[in-house]
Amino acid sequence: MKWLSLTAILLFLVACSASTPKTSLYVQIGGNIGAEKLVDAFIKQIGNDDVILPYFRESNVRHFREGFITHLCDTLDGPCDYEGDSMVQIHTGMAISESDFNRVVDLLINAMSEVGIAHSVQNQVLARLAPMRSEVIKL
Amino acid sequence: MKWASVFAVCLFVCGSTYAATGKLLATPGVSQVEGSAGGGIVPWAQLAGYASEDEWSASGFCSRASLKDYQLDVCGVQANLFDRVELSFARQNFDVDALNLDIEQDIVGAKVRLYGDIVYSKYPQLSFGIQHKSLDDATVANLLGAEDDSGTDYYLAASKLHLGAVGGYNWFWNITMRHSRANQLGLLGYGGANDSTPWQLEASSAVFLSRHWAVGAEYRQKSNNLGLGESDWKDIFVAWIPNKSVSVTAAWLDLGKIAGQTSQTGWYLSVTGYF
Repeated sequence: MKWLSLTAILLFLVACSASTPKTSLYVQIGGNIGAEKLVDAFIKQIGNDDVILPYFRESNVRHFREGFITHLCDTLDGPCDYEGDSMVQIHTGMAISESDFNRVVDLLINAMSEVGIAHSVQNQVLARLAPMRSEVIKL
Repeated sequence: MKWASVFAVCLFVCGSTYAATGKLLATPGVSQVEGSAGGGIVPWAQLAGYASEDEWSASGFCSRASLKDYQLDVCGVQANLFDRVELSFARQNFDVDALNLDIEQDIVGAKVRLYGDIVYSKYPQLSFGIQHKSLDDATVANLLGAEDDSGTDYYLAASKLHLGAVGGYNWFWNITMRHSRANQLGLLGYGGANDSTPWQLEASSAVFLSRHWAVGAEYRQKSNNLGLGESDWKDIFVAWIPNKSVSVTAAWLDLGKIAGQTSQTGWYLSVTGYF
């Protein structure tokens, strides 16, 4: 009987932990305010990088800022639906190399560190964004 | 160690001139004892250096394994051509304390990336490599019953970095299948009366505690061609990758029985510079 009750308690705990909604990555980066701070820090990083800045010569910074904030919110399970241009549409013609893509990842990591996003959260954010690489490079 | 001093000077002089930086920090791994990019004892699927598909890079390393009865010093150089081909050369110096004797060996290596990228591709990165090794002097190898003084290993390696996979930390693994007749890396020659299965399994795993620090463990299966009870190798390591110019690895080795001497444990230290 002891085993049975132990099993029941364990099952209950597992069920509990499974039904508790996990805090979304969006909340973990600080919600809307966090996303705005992150994107602002990212824009500053890009502004200071001689290799990446030229890619943004034709871009409207305000449009990029709003778009990326909403896109992050959507990608990180926040309460937004990104309805802007697709990643492929945005990056077609830019011919971004593997090397420059990784350089942008470095800038994003710098920005995340700058606004105080924890290392473990940074990795999970990168894990969500990494699969989009094929929609971004060499187009 | 003439090599070591040349290398050390180059690290400071050449380090700041040109270096490909197209890969993410730490993703090339470090340098293994036969000169290929890998961990300490296992070659990995990644190619040495930070070159992406549009770049080339060069790197150099020196390592020391200090065991109870032996010491192994290795220095080598690597070239990465467009993240497709890795070429390497390494020179090993194996010091046998008891006999006051050095065994020296050259290793020429090549590795080709067949598929993928350890971070971005859906399936693990896959590479095929060879290591051709030749002893300077086969006296000891012959004495122990080895058949040849040179040999060629070939291997297939698969590796993957999973972002945020273990409680938010990045998790890396590599598995390598190697075909080899080498006795103790070939330092004790190739083949022998007790020739056993030439296929050996090697594996590594690591967790990145931060962008700059990784801890992990490795395993390398060994054959027992000489009938001297050659043991499988194991290590646990910590690697420090402060930037894309240098990496430092320290490890605790458990290499078991080597040429009749049991319990060969000890320390390992390795530095790789990227140019």
